[in-house]
Amino acid sequence: MALTKEQMLEAYGLMMRIRRFEEKCAELYAAGDIGGFLHLYIGEEAVATAAKYALREDDNIITAYRDHGVALSRGLPMNEVMAEMLGKSTGTSKGKGGSMHLADINRHFWGGWAIVGGHLPLAAGIALADQYQDRDSVTMALMGDGATNIGYFHEALNLAAVWKLPVIWVVENNQYGMGTAVTRASAVGDLAKKAEAYGMPCCVQVDGMDLLAMYETFVEGIEYVRSGEGSFLVEAMTYRYRGHSMGDPERYRPVHEVEAKKADDPIARWAAHLLEQGLAEKADLEKLDEAADQAVLDAVEFARNSPFPEPEELYTNVYV
Amino acid sequence: MSMSSAVEADATTGESEMKTFREAISEALWEEMERDEKIFIMGEEVGVWGGTYAVTRGFYDHFGEKRVRDTPISEMAIVGAATGAAMNGLRPIAEIMTINFAFLALDAIVNAAAKAHYMFGGQFTVPLVIRTTTGGGRQLGATHSHAPEPIFAHFPGLYVIAPSTPADAKGLLKAAIRNDNPVLFVEHSTLYQTRGEVPVGDYVIPLGKSDVKRVGSDVTIVSYAKMVDISLQAADKLAKEGISAEVVDLRSLRPLDTGPVLESFKKTNRCVVVEENWALYGVGAEVAARIQEEAFDWMDAPIKRVSQADVPLPYSRDLEQSALPNPDKVVMAVKEIL
Repeated sequence: MALTKEQMLEAYGLMMRIRRFEEKCAELYAAGDIGGFLHLYIGEEAVATAAKYALREDDNIITAYRDHGVALSRGLPMNEVMAEMLGKSTGTSKGKGGSMHLADINRHFWGGWAIVGGHLPLAAGIALADQYQDRDSVTMALMGDGATNIGYFHEALNLAAVWKLPVIWVVENNQYGMGTAVTRASAVGDLAKKAEAYGMPCCVQVDGMDLLAMYETFVEGIEYVRSGEGSFLVEAMTYRYRGHSMGDPERYRPVHEVEAKKADDPIARWAAHLLEQGLAEKADLEKLDEAADQAVLDAVEFARNSPFPEPEELYTNVYV
Repeated sequence: MSMSSAVEADATTGESEMKTFREAISEALWEEMERDEKIFIMGEEVGVWGGTYAVTRGFYDHFGEKRVRDTPISEMAIVGAATGAAMNGLRPIAEIMTINFAFLALDAIVNAAAKAHYMFGGQFTVPLVIRTTTGGGRQLGATHSHAPEPIFAHFPGLYVIAPSTPADAKGLLKAAIRNDNPVLFVEHSTLYQTRGEVPVGDYVIPLGKSDVKRVGSDVTIVSYAKMVDISLQAADKLAKEGISAEVVDLRSLRPLDTGPVLESFKKTNRCVVVEENWALYGVGAEVAARIQEEAFDWMDAPIKRVSQADVPLPYSRDLEQSALPNPDKVVMAVKEIL
């Protein structure tokens, strides 16, 4: 199941779209157009992008509050995602969710959830529903490194192991849970060991800045999960260039660490790979760069021109 | 005990049988599971053990382990996974052994189940029933005896149902299972052995409707679950002294149907709320607020509350009993405002 040449190029374009979208969100947040919390995915694009190509369209994906990258990679229209950022009625959650609560049930994207670890048993349950109804879909649950310390993680993994639920757990280890380094928060530095406690196979510390490594790992994990053997855990070593959320003073890491990581940028690495392997010309990539820029401009225009929710919307959707 | 008006409005064969509250719950579950394959039960000891209150005895053998799922002791995962399964097309009935353990699942109930529909603009629905037991009086100590269901009734997005009779238990549970919203279904553990006429067959009571359990003219006693029985006993005692009490059973704490309460209050002009929860921020506080907002001109006396003493429940029998509402306390409260 190797990526086709078209997919490889498309993947570059997708990562660039996510990057440019996030940069624009930072601008709009500073300008006061986006409110609340804003958690950017810049630096982690390869993980969600690899997931897109490794999963089938009828597979499920669910994540935490750093969810823009997953939403865009899953194919949610950028216009609607941007509209949600601006709290517009055309947003993916009709303006009721915001940055942390994007979702698209038709694309099997079960949402961004904002209580750390709270979505992990949901993933188990989503997978249970497929198993119960003899469907062979798998569920991918992404989480940050910080989530591996919370009770939800352990209860969800244990239940998934006991019931052999088709879940691929993905720890996006960006090395800080808010401002606390993994080494200061987790008793074991090697987070995948926590999967071993539940007899669950895992892939330890995969290079999350390497799209191909992530893709191949996901393909392997998903194949295992789809075979009915149970869950699988992947730890993706990644890094966020921006703070935990906007307004993070970043006292917990030195500037040179961030700069060093930027030199290992997943998009630049992928571009270099495509060029070296003769899979793309520079002009091809530039075209995709421009398309990403244009998509973001279009999305902002769409979002700005969209109406805010009607006052009556306050009371809709509380109950079915 | 006078018969619930809703019992007369059944869409069943018209027959009824004397059953315990436990049997009524069990029958509702059984019939619903026979009706719809997507309904399944998950929780601690629901399967091989047959349920810690024997409600699901025989279910495991009949429906099999796929549909009667024993879980680890893992409340966060029970409610969280049931919520996910509900979002993805199933109709889970998750059992939490006592509502006191539901605190462990509070986040899953409140932040996931109750908010999933709203937070994503209506994309997800959570047709989930969380069955749990509540209530004191059995010397189970401070961590297994409380009746904190009003806490859960605080949150929009949830239904909180608490039946008082076997017939209501059957009809309301069936409605809860068929509802597309998350429902916390609270069963008072000292009611399981109580008996009453239960309609045979497909008996469903709409959720969110209060019910007059006894008609009277001098005072309105509002209560729910086990406290309805306490209130009816008090009404019997009052009747012997020539005082006519009307007893309204809320049956549902959320949504709260104040219609029958207000209607009764406009007739009696006096109200006592009997609640097993603590008074502070409790059901009585809410009912009193609604009455003064909507029936101020009919108010002839302060609204009284008979509640659990404001302490964690002790073990020692008499001490525990002294902390709980009883018929005499209700009689006293009524006399204070007559």
